[in-house]
Amino acid sequence: MNFEFTEEQLMIQQAARDYAQRELIQDVLERDEKAEFPERHVKNLAELGFLGMMIPPEYDGGGMDTVSYVLAMEEIAKVDASVAVIMSVNNSLVCFGLNKYASEEQKQKYLKPLARGEVIGAFLLSEPEAGSDATHQYTSAVDMGDHYLLNGTKNWITNGNSASTYIVMAQTSPEKKSHGINAFIVEKNSPGITIGPHEDKMGMRSSDTHSIMFTDVQVPKENRIGEEGFGFKFAMKVLEAGRIGIASQALGIASGALDRSLAYSKERKAFGTEIINHQSLAFKLSDMAVKIENARNLCLKAAWLKDNHQPITVASAMAKQYAADIAMEVTTEAVQIHGGYGYVKEYHVERLMREAKLTQIYEGTSEIQKIIISRSLAK
Amino acid sequence: MKILVLISNVPDTTTKIRFTGDNKAFDTSGVQWIINPWDELALTRALEIKEAGGVESITVANVGTAATEPTLRKALAVGADDAIRIDAEPKDAFYVASQLAQIAKDYDLIMSGIESSDYNGAGVGGMLAAMLDIHSVSAVSGVSLENGAFTVQRDIDGGNQKVSVSAPLLVVVQKGIAKDPRIPAMRGIMMARKKPLNVIPAAAVEARTEFLGYEMPEAKAACKMVDEDNAKELIRLLHEEAKVL
Repeated sequence: MNFEFTEEQLMIQQAARDYAQRELIQDVLERDEKAEFPERHVKNLAELGFLGMMIPPEYDGGGMDTVSYVLAMEEIAKVDASVAVIMSVNNSLVCFGLNKYASEEQKQKYLKPLARGEVIGAFLLSEPEAGSDATHQYTSAVDMGDHYLLNGTKNWITNGNSASTYIVMAQTSPEKKSHGINAFIVEKNSPGITIGPHEDKMGMRSSDTHSIMFTDVQVPKENRIGEEGFGFKFAMKVLEAGRIGIASQALGIASGALDRSLAYSKERKAFGTEIINHQSLAFKLSDMAVKIENARNLCLKAAWLKDNHQPITVASAMAKQYAADIAMEVTTEAVQIHGGYGYVKEYHVERLMREAKLTQIYEGTSEIQKIIISRSLAK
Repeated sequence: MKILVLISNVPDTTTKIRFTGDNKAFDTSGVQWIINPWDELALTRALEIKEAGGVESITVANVGTAATEPTLRKALAVGADDAIRIDAEPKDAFYVASQLAQIAKDYDLIMSGIESSDYNGAGVGGMLAAMLDIHSVSAVSGVSLENGAFTVQRDIDGGNQKVSVSAPLLVVVQKGIAKDPRIPAMRGIMMARKKPLNVIPAAAVEARTEFLGYEMPEAKAACKMVDEDNAKELIRLLHEEAKVL
């Protein structure tokens, strides 16, 4: 067992930290207020290679491992969870799935620009009537011989408007249930696609979340990923790996809240001393630090398993559920430590608390993660 | 045209400074090391000059033990072409300059930060130029290459001065030489794996100074807040307590 990072992993962590602390911090409050997409940052992060960082160099990616990705996600999310989720969706849900399951032609055409970050992607699974229960896809993809015809609505799509490439799950053979689902690469500018209004969210407000409507959208046969009926398995495999990204995002939100709480409690005085010297607050900080360390270890363990081609289903579910739940707890405590200041936007912790909430909901709720974990225990 | 950038390996600027028990050395345990911020700006400017054309290569050099290699590899990741590490524990400015003099002869432009952010000695650049017997300009806030000669800008009282200097030249650079240090991209980090990092043995040089001991500055006095409409009290405090009026 070795808990040491390599020099390269540390360099990537530092690069992400430098970008977050130097650039993201400058306009994060304003973007949150205005719910403004971070276009400049997405472009800069693409140039630095953060949007396709685990994709091999032959497909124009950064060629880095998942451990580096966890370290980078934590640093970005410490400052700006909206940018972190844009990065996570592109890396984990879009690039990862295409790199693992797409054909060579699909990789050349779609993966390369996504890995370079020239365009970004979105992952379209959730529907108005199908969130946690992803087996029941109402979006249909009827086989028309040389193409599929897509009809239906997808909900809560991160990067919904800013993405150029959609990965869409849709039902082709309802009688086969989940085995009838296919995954498709769909270009956003295809005729028949309507993008719903920007969702006015509680947190992660500068990531653009939309519903996407498909009306008789023609998708070429060659844009189906894998064999006929592979879509559900594809989605589950991609989500399994994607959880490491969201777990690391939650970890970053929590550790960002701890950093701010430590700085504040070493400065703020009450009853004649810095508030960190009051045991009630010192113990809160101690609990926060232990939870964050646990979450970090779960994230890194899942990343290590993935890098070593070992099963990650349970490890990534544990990391995601635990990191998301403690992010909520830690950010709530961070607001408490800041007192009245914690409740105003200038001090950031209320924003981190709003952001933490979403990590318990998207890419598999905490309850869904518990189903995955408990089913593995019951085997 | 070849550029050499001198790189010091220094503690992160947010490091809590502690000394060993006898107060004779800096306690390095748990310290995170970075490229000296002024040297990092020098490297940034070197990269900009190279991108503008006419520069063959940028070499970075450091006097240090193997522990400083991550700092050199970061310099390679942001765009330096090769690195040299002179395998020695840096002792004082004379010692470091003497070591660098072995490898610094074949460069047209040598760039050094105005000081290192650890010991703030500010001596290496000038000493190295003297040892090499080449031109040097200090307090430089701008340098550019025009028709094979360098135009150097330095800040002086109340304005700035432009100097035209021919190669070989050593510039001691300060704030303003470049805007922000660069963040290494994944591609650069990958390429740094393959770039040469040459280690050469130290020359036999004696240090000319010895560190006798360090002292921490006195703790800052508590801040007194004076109400904005109580200027009289402020004047009294400045007069009677601070004794500055």
